[in-house]
Amino acid sequence: MSATSWAWLVLLFPLVGSIAIALSFKAIPSKAAGLIGTAAIGAAFICGIAALVCLLGEDPEARHHASSLWDYASVAGLDIKLGIYVDPLSVFMVLVVTGVSTLIHLYSYGYMQSDEGYHRFFSYLNFFVFSMLLLVLAGNFVLLIVGWAFVGFASYALISFWYRRKTATKAGMKAFVINVVGDIGLVLAAFLIFREIGSFDYGTVFEKAPQVFHTNEWTVVAICLLLLVGAFAKSAQLPFHTWLPDAMEGPTPVSSLIHAATMVTAGVYLIARTHTLFVLAPTAADIAAFVGLATLLVAGTIALVMTDLKRAIAYSTMSQIGYMIMGVSIGAYSAGMFHLMTHAFFKALLFMAAGSIISAMANKQNIDEMSGFGKAMRFTSITFVCGALALAAFPGTSGFFSKDEILAYAHARGGMYDIFQILGYFGALLTAIYSFRLVFRVLPGKPCKEAQELIDTGHLAHETPRNPASGEEEDTDVGFPGAHHHIAEQSPGMKIAMGVLAFLALFAGLVQVPGVDETITHFLDPVFADSPLAEIVPSVGASWVGLAIGAAISLVGIGIAYWLYIVRPETPAALIRRFGWLHTFLYNKWYFDELIDVLIVRPALAIGRFANRFFERFVVDGLVTGTEETVRGASGVVRAVQNGFVRSYALLLIVGFAGLVLYFLIVQS
Amino acid sequence: MNIEWYIVLSALLFGIGAVGILVRRSPMVILLCLELMLNAGNLALVAFSREVGNQQGQVFALVVMVIAACEVVVGLGLIVAIFRRKLPLNVDDLRELRG
Amino acid sequence: MEAVIFFLAAIGAIGGAVGVVALQNPFYSVLALVAHLFSLAALFLLLTAAFVAAAQVVVYAGAVMVLYVFVVAYVGGGGEPVADPIHGQRFLGILVASILFIELSVAVLGSALLALETEGPKVPAGFGDPAAVGRLLLEKFLLPFEASSILLLIAAVGAIVLAQRKRESEPQEGVSGPV
Repeated sequence: MSATSWAWLVLLFPLVGSIAIALSFKAIPSKAAGLIGTAAIGAAFICGIAALVCLLGEDPEARHHASSLWDYASVAGLDIKLGIYVDPLSVFMVLVVTGVSTLIHLYSYGYMQSDEGYHRFFSYLNFFVFSMLLLVLAGNFVLLIVGWAFVGFASYALISFWYRRKTATKAGMKAFVINVVGDIGLVLAAFLIFREIGSFDYGTVFEKAPQVFHTNEWTVVAICLLLLVGAFAKSAQLPFHTWLPDAMEGPTPVSSLIHAATMVTAGVYLIARTHTLFVLAPTAADIAAFVGLATLLVAGTIALVMTDLKRAIAYSTMSQIGYMIMGVSIGAYSAGMFHLMTHAFFKALLFMAAGSIISAMANKQNIDEMSGFGKAMRFTSITFVCGALALAAFPGTSGFFSKDEILAYAHARGGMYDIFQILGYFGALLTAIYSFRLVFRVLPGKPCKEAQELIDTGHLAHETPRNPASGEEEDTDVGFPGAHHHIAEQSPGMKIAMGVLAFLALFAGLVQVPGVDETITHFLDPVFADSPLAEIVPSVGASWVGLAIGAAISLVGIGIAYWLYIVRPETPAALIRRFGWLHTFLYNKWYFDELIDVLIVRPALAIGRFANRFFERFVVDGLVTGTEETVRGASGVVRAVQNGFVRSYALLLIVGFAGLVLYFLIVQS
Repeated sequence: MNIEWYIVLSALLFGIGAVGILVRRSPMVILLCLELMLNAGNLALVAFSREVGNQQGQVFALVVMVIAACEVVVGLGLIVAIFRRKLPLNVDDLRELRG
Repeated sequence: MEAVIFFLAAIGAIGGAVGVVALQNPFYSVLALVAHLFSLAALFLLLTAAFVAAAQVVVYAGAVMVLYVFVVAYVGGGGEPVADPIHGQRFLGILVASILFIELSVAVLGSALLALETEGPKVPAGFGDPAAVGRLLLEKFLLPFEASSILLLIAAVGAIVLAQRKRESEPQEGVSGPV
């Protein structure tokens, strides 16, 4: 079997799984649905490995194949096939997506058990994985857009999974609308590409692009900027980021899979895939890098003051994706993808651990109320710390190697790009501080009420179900979270998943140690070989210097967090009092939501009201009502003929007859 | 006499019959006016038959007479039925079939 | 001579017709129609249609009109209300019928049918006789003859059904008020 056949199977299993689960609702028990879902993704992962093996058996230069099932549209100069493109980049993404998805499915098998919508959850989750794989494996821009849109829908469906929660449905709509804005950018970019190059197919486009475009010609810059709109909306970068924290309304496995490991990395994948175009438009690439940097810093500062556990981790995601975007924009392609992989591991792990803690807290998410879980939940705490260590780039962890590699590349490019390195290290400091802020607030200390109950009785605390954000009461029927909560200690599936991810978070970095083995770079080399930026490789010495600086910063950050939250726990309160204005600014997320409300939402509503008052009422309603009135009038006239009087019918008859005779008289003469 | 006269007379009788149908309201009288129009047609048929020279027109006229008789029978039956049900014998008052 | 009879018969026919339309009492209308039918019979005789004239008198004036008389006697002849519920019906009716008459006259008089200006060809002696008409009816026009007899049968059955007294749904004659 060739790599492309395995790739088609990779697409097939999640799709079949999703449909099978959906159709067998009420026909099979819930647990079976969970098993089918997990097995489907597991099978896809195995097929992905098989595809990898096939690829590795080939010559590095020849490791790109396109395969198509049938012609999608072949008219008027368009030639769109239902085709996939299998090369090291797509196989890499497939492995990351299916690998992490399998573990998250395993986690959800236990975590979502008492939810009434269990079946629906797994169907949606499988559909999401299918869409993400479609996006990643697509061989032309049309199929990419299809996968992109499907992923947006799956995200919406899963964010508003607890559909009776108003906050959740609003968050789902917000995410979807912002995603659609991104979709528009992507579609316009595809149109422009077709207009300039005449094809949607990856092979053709990337081959012809250097011949068709001059460097920094306005068309290619426009295309790249539009692609960036799509990438930023999907990856929650400034200014399209406001949906990601709200997306935490979804169940924790959803946050873990979609909003940490996979969907939000689609933008990074997009930039990496279309790197040929970005090489031709350095302006756009620089803009992307700056936006990534800005997001990195803004999100980092906000994560410092967030009190909702999941939202804090969400801002951390935003920040790390800023690193990735920065990486692939400045030419550190394999470094960016490596960070994508390690981030998937440790961020998914962090969310899983957070889910476990939130379950113990009876679905409350505020860290102000949490403490002492280190004693109450050993396993969860250990995995949480592993994830936090990787996030903070503690020396030796996977995050350490990946993050610092990006910064080393920035330095190797030199000139203006040193800014990225310096500010990137500052961001790393912030990352270390906020990640261990979470660790030191939640795990050590005197156990809170719920933790105490867990230690004493071994049972989870039960409280009236409430919306964690608004506090309103809920019930536990379908549309709201289930009645029972599940923690890792009591659920073997969750334990296995978190264990594997903890191991990967700690040790996966060892595949890309500078100077020792650089498996990822070598694997992805053929994909990026055509970019001149790929040749700017930092020397091994420079890399190790960067790693040393990174290690120092990470330890300093952890130390600061330790001092703030363990040694002098009254300091944070004092700081908040002293810099109250700064704290409010950060706590309100830099007022981005309000800014967007004023700049976009209110004008849009005003335009809508204006259109309604002047256009809709007079023109559209006028046309419609006018037509109605005319028809009614005409039919009234016609109806008057049938008045029931026989004599008037007879009159009409004779009038008609007389008219006919008249006609014949005239014709004759 | 020229045949024209007969035809014109037939047209006149037809017109008078038409006026009667349009103006009178009693179903009895309307039926009578229908008879007028039929007879006018008969007159025209017989006149043309004379003018052409064969008797087919006369046979046609006989058949028309038969038809007229049938129609009268049915019409009068209707009138009797209406009268029996105590409905007003006025064509303007029997107007339920209307839009 | 022929012209005199023609004009007399014509006046009779027109008079009868006008009488049918104008007289208020339906009984008088029936009588006017009878007069009209007799005039028409005379006109038929002038057109050498002897059998048709006889049929007219015997069948039409004799049988059909007697039927009418019976029904008018049963139903009673009431006058009609004066006001016309349909606006302009009277005026339009007379107008349209006049237009029709004028058109037909124009068609006849102004037409290129030259033969209409003559009296018609010389006809053999037995033209219009019962024998001649009978032969036509039974030889050439047998099918219409039979069809019209079936039609008569259907009409007779239909009339009986229509005028039948229904036991339950019809108010019986002679019931007067609550018992």
